[in-house]
Amino acid sequence: MSWTKKILRVNLTKGTCTSEPLNMDWAYKYIGQRGLATKYLIEEIDPRVDPLSPDNKLIFATGPLTGTAASTSARYSVITKGPLTGAIACSNSGGYFGAELKSAGWDMIILEGKAAGPVYLHIENDQASLLDASPLWGTSTWHTEEWIKNTHQDPMMRVASVGIAAENGVLYSAVVNDLHRAAGRSGVGTVMASKNLKAVCVRGTLGIGVRDPKAFMEAATKAKKVLAENAVTSVGLPTHGTQVLMNVINEVGALPTRNAADVQFEGASDISAEAMREVRRTDGKTNLIANQACFGCTIACGRVSKIDQTHYTIVNKPEYWHASGGLEYEAAWALGAATGVNDLEALTYANFICNEQAIDPITFGATLGAAMELYEDGLITDEETGGVKLNIGSAEALTTMVELTGKAEGFGKVLGLGSKRLCEKYGKPELSMSVKGLEFPAYDPRGIQGIGLNYATSNRGACHVRGYTVASEILGIPEKTDPLVTDGKAGLVKAFQDATAAVDSAGICLFTTFAWSLEDIAPQVDAACDGEWTVETMLEAGERIWNMERQFNLAAGFTGKDDTLPKRLLKDAAKTGPAKGLVSGLDKMLPEYYQVRGWSTDGVPTADTLGRLGL
Amino acid sequence: MQKALAIDAGKCTGCKQCELACSFEHEGIFNVVRSRIRVFIFEEEARFVPYTCTQCDQAWCMQVCPVGAITSDPMSGVKSVNAATCVGCKVCTIACPFGTINYNAGSGKVEKCDLCGGDPACARECPTDAITFIDAGLAGYAKMQDWAARTDTAPQAAS
Ligand code: SF4
Repeated sequence: MSWTKKILRVNLTKGTCTSEPLNMDWAYKYIGQRGLATKYLIEEIDPRVDPLSPDNKLIFATGPLTGTAASTSARYSVITKGPLTGAIACSNSGGYFGAELKSAGWDMIILEGKAAGPVYLHIENDQASLLDASPLWGTSTWHTEEWIKNTHQDPMMRVASVGIAAENGVLYSAVVNDLHRAAGRSGVGTVMASKNLKAVCVRGTLGIGVRDPKAFMEAATKAKKVLAENAVTSVGLPTHGTQVLMNVINEVGALPTRNAADVQFEGASDISAEAMREVRRTDGKTNLIANQACFGCTIACGRVSKIDQTHYTIVNKPEYWHASGGLEYEAAWALGAATGVNDLEALTYANFICNEQAIDPITFGATLGAAMELYEDGLITDEETGGVKLNIGSAEALTTMVELTGKAEGFGKVLGLGSKRLCEKYGKPELSMSVKGLEFPAYDPRGIQGIGLNYATSNRGACHVRGYTVASEILGIPEKTDPLVTDGKAGLVKAFQDATAAVDSAGICLFTTFAWSLEDIAPQVDAACDGEWTVETMLEAGERIWNMERQFNLAAGFTGKDDTLPKRLLKDAAKTGPAKGLVSGLDKMLPEYYQVRGWSTDGVPTADTLGRLGL
Repeated sequence: MQKALAIDAGKCTGCKQCELACSFEHEGIFNVVRSRIRVFIFEEEARFVPYTCTQCDQAWCMQVCPVGAITSDPMSGVKSVNAATCVGCKVCTIACPFGTINYNAGSGKVEKCDLCGGDPACARECPTDAITFIDAGLAGYAKMQDWAARTDTAPQAAS
């Protein structure tokens, strides 16, 4: 406990579902979820495998705290080799699906091979089978979830599925569960669809036990109190969601705008958390309807929105008049600031489509931002876009292109390749705001220096939730550091990256760490699980996981040369705001980072480091 | 003083900490399907509604039980099921107008909210105060005060 100690192995080629025991030696070393599933993936696939071939595998993994009363116990991850990047891919999601999977008795599902035709995986506790999904192929995640619940006459069933985008090879398709929670990045959904797997649905009624129930409840209750007493987790996030950051990050001059040509967006307040709560002049209602928690979460940052029914996007489409997942900060930034669009309702509509068709809004928005720049430079023509004017700041361009990308039609097919391939196609690779093929999110490394080092070194490509130094550099959590300097950032980035790997692997949400440190988390894991879980053992596991992911990438063909940033961030200084005149000082931080990591000067973990971590 | 669960669905976020707490209190594990309080999520309207037994005075479940397995505590008003006596006939589940007493196929007995012997775990763990445990006579008081606060007390124009 609190692992179920069981893995479901599904061979899609053979159509078999078999149960096997969890490798407990690995569980003690890699905790669960992200760490443990990555260990399985690395042991079972060739790192050079084509991500979309049947030889790649896809793992749905819960952590030891998933489904327990620990706050934010909703989390599960989807782990595979990513088609957008060719690097390790691990995308984390909330909602209710993960806890249901664990309650059905499974720590993880390993999916291998490829089905002959469309199938979905149906799990009811220890019974698992592959069923015909041909009626679902070519339909959205929303339709898929409804169809499965109706077909099995079970409204309590939890569903994770892919949309049309994934089926048509959009390289950054997500896996969407519970209608609007997503394992969003790196194209994990594209891998799922490449296996002809439309959905995984699960009903679990077995429940989850912990090693020492009394000690666990004490630790969980104490930790929940810490969240309830912290201003970010008890007021900021429930009230404004992650969108609380929009105005803050714009003000510090770190909001990448118009494909990172600028670091401040004059339309930021129009697409902010505050705007979502404002009464609209058109219909007298607010964009934000409610905040919704994921399973077990005492923070409840999730946004639920309704689009203005008079807005051009949905005025004739009653099927979008209901409430659904609203804008989170990264999505609002990508769909808005990165494209220069400040129409909140258009952004919300684009976000609905991203959920409905399972598209990563970060990569989509960033790719559209790059396409808009290419269009304005005359490199993309009206003929190619089917007559759609891709001007920077055009809401119509945004909402038309998100529809086309979701359906993988017209110019949407090109956008579906992501910004790296798009910019290469037009001979301007430097205009892709990506690292290792993954577009960086809503923090500009010129205004927040540490996050640039994290983007450059993040194992899944540029990503904020691998080492969120913004917490320290902007919010002062756990300690304030100066965002404009590079000094001390190597150690800071390493500390955030290692701790994050441990938090993810435990099966809880990274957002707890606005209030929690591992001092709050380790006692919960320790009371829930066999083994010895302290701050030290968890940190060590986190560092081990980080190095293991790095080794996978090196074996997949990446080198230290890929630990870089787009030229724009290294050469073009910020034009406005506190960071005016600054570029990213990555060259100053990277050598020190390799050193604190115990890696060679070209970024390879030394034998000593691997030995120390038991790798 | 009798105490009751007061539920303010408007505050609920759908986190299910109440269900986790209930199942842990009664079963020793985390299993929301065994919770005696259930939170219903109406996605399209973004409404989250916790629902459980109100310990009603009429207690139709108690009245119809053929073996007297359901009893009422005169002090607290709690209606509880004596598992040793229950024969699993399910007549009470038919009689209850609210559906808040349910059969558990695993044990062959019925289950319902028993207010955890006076310290309901759901109210204790709810992070938003959507569930509170208060004087049964004042269950509507907070709402009443809320509406009272909205009453226009400015001098009215003469009609
Ligand atoms: S614990 Fe409270 S907020 Fe959470 S689901 Fe239950 S009633 Fe709603």
